[in-house]
Amino acid sequence: MKFNKIIKIMAVLLLPYTSLNLVLAQDVLQVDVNDAYAAPIPIAITALQGNSSFLLSGESMADYGRKISQVVSADLVRSGLFKSIDQRAFLSKDINILRPNFKDWRAVGAQDLVTGSIILQENGRMKVEFRLWDVFGGTRIKGLRYQALPKDWRRVAHRIADAVYRRLTGEKGYFDTRIVYIAETGSYTKRIKRLAIMDQDGKNHKYLTSGKNMALTPRFSPTIQEITYLSYVNDMPRVYLYNLDSGKQEILGDFDGMTFAPRFSADGNTVIMSMAKKGNSDIYAMELKTRRVKRLTKNSAIDTSPSYSPDGKKIVFNSDRGGSQQLYVMDENGRGIHRISFGKGRYATPVWSPRGDLIAFTRQYGGEFYIGVMRTDGSGERLLTKSFLDEGPTWSPNGRVLMFFRKKPYDKKGKGGETQLWSVDLTGYNERQIHTPRDASDPAWSPLLR
Amino acid sequence: MLKLNNGIKYTLLTGAVLALTACANTNKTAIEKTPDPVVVPDQDTNPVETGVVDELPIADYAMGSQEHLDDIANASLVYFGYDRYDLTENARSSLQLQAKFLNEYSNVNFVIEGHCDERGTREYNLALGERRANAARNYLVALGVDSSRLSVVSYGKERPLSMSNHDQNRRGYSRVK
Repeated sequence: MKFNKIIKIMAVLLLPYTSLNLVLAQDVLQVDVNDAYAAPIPIAITALQGNSSFLLSGESMADYGRKISQVVSADLVRSGLFKSIDQRAFLSKDINILRPNFKDWRAVGAQDLVTGSIILQENGRMKVEFRLWDVFGGTRIKGLRYQALPKDWRRVAHRIADAVYRRLTGEKGYFDTRIVYIAETGSYTKRIKRLAIMDQDGKNHKYLTSGKNMALTPRFSPTIQEITYLSYVNDMPRVYLYNLDSGKQEILGDFDGMTFAPRFSADGNTVIMSMAKKGNSDIYAMELKTRRVKRLTKNSAIDTSPSYSPDGKKIVFNSDRGGSQQLYVMDENGRGIHRISFGKGRYATPVWSPRGDLIAFTRQYGGEFYIGVMRTDGSGERLLTKSFLDEGPTWSPNGRVLMFFRKKPYDKKGKGGETQLWSVDLTGYNERQIHTPRDASDPAWSPLLR
Repeated sequence: MLKLNNGIKYTLLTGAVLALTACANTNKTAIEKTPDPVVVPDQDTNPVETGVVDELPIADYAMGSQEHLDDIANASLVYFGYDRYDLTENARSSLQLQAKFLNEYSNVNFVIEGHCDERGTREYNLALGERRANAARNYLVALGVDSSRLSVVSYGKERPLSMSNHDQNRRGYSRVK
């Protein structure tokens, strides 16, 4: 009997990867959480209760239930908007996942509660359910069921976290996402730079290139399956496409000068980039289907780091045409160029937010580097971070969090120089390091996975 | 005028280098000779041979090589100001030596690398490095070097020479190809 079951599970585990099936339960009522940012919401996340099915690894579904609840908790806490109540403080020992004892949860200060279950089915897929409860109202406010292979348990956890985040903040989540970045190794003068990819929380880390050719500035396609980046193949810096499914790379276009600073349009149909020739860098857009190239700027200044607005109608870029490096906005056809940044110092690496209302940038001023945001007309500038070297912001897909890289200075003994990924909330609070196996730079956030 | 001036400089510098190398060589020879082993008189029939000295080359690199260019008053390197790509008087002098070098070794081509310090953003620095490399290239062409012998590549801030001395990182480097 048992042996039979294991065989069945084995067979199903060998099935090719298929995407998660999402079965929606019901939304019950809306809760106003406008004041959620003032103080973190105290939430109790219980371990999903598992049946006694074991996987070949020896882990039970109860083990998976615990692991999933830990990842959900870590995601929500990292957002800075939630406080996860320590499971050791829970009063209820036997948690009724369908009828929680709200009195016990009120007593430990929980405002919200997550319960759930996890079952390994005959087809080898896990059936994962969770319910989100409003402890004070004593009502269920969200419930979802997922079907997934055990190996995708982290993605299930991130999607539960996204659903809880969305229900309680009113904004889309960003946990079921990935980060592509540049992994750095080697000495200061002989740095090896490779493309690498990982989940948003640093897990499932993988190198994509060998490091033979220096790789820089990767960016995600909104369709997720592709990355555009800069690679020095045969000492020729050019923009490349990297397909995540096939692992294949191809050069983008046939330019007789350096191409760099690539970025996809929000619909994924166009890559915008700079081309440098004879000491002059201008901005070009390439339609991917036809590979047709359109030159958008024609100015003796350095025009680079272009980024489309989400509707594709505007482009923000940086240029030193006014004497120092500042931010400019133009129409998609290159017309109507106007300057939007007027502060002291230099402005660089502008990135249009996915919501369309803000532009994130790097600012250099007084020997320091800052990550900041401004409205698209340049008003309302706010600086969120400051250090010796902060550079290259990338937006979480919901436009709430910015990731960037920070390099520490060297001391007189040559120590220091650590280069790491950091994130900061749009409010300027909740600055956190994203841990990577080695030094890291040039992060790019994926859209929500599907 | 300027050309002539620097021509003289070049000659002087090369002369100085030659003199130094020569000195070094003399010293070397002397050192090699000092620990003379005790000559065991073997047979009178063979007269002691002296005076046969191999002429050592003036430098231990091939003429027209990267080492040669590096050796000529460090002529392979030119330096730039912060966020600048205009050529300083020193940079022009180095480039004049490079032009002379290219003139002398007609089979040599250059890849001119443009570099920046890390006190700028990555993409802007790639563009700035390209500007710097081209500033050097254009000057060489103005000095009469055939442009087909010169190519450029920008490394932005990716290939620094020094951790702390950013002046050394803002540079153009002519690589012999």
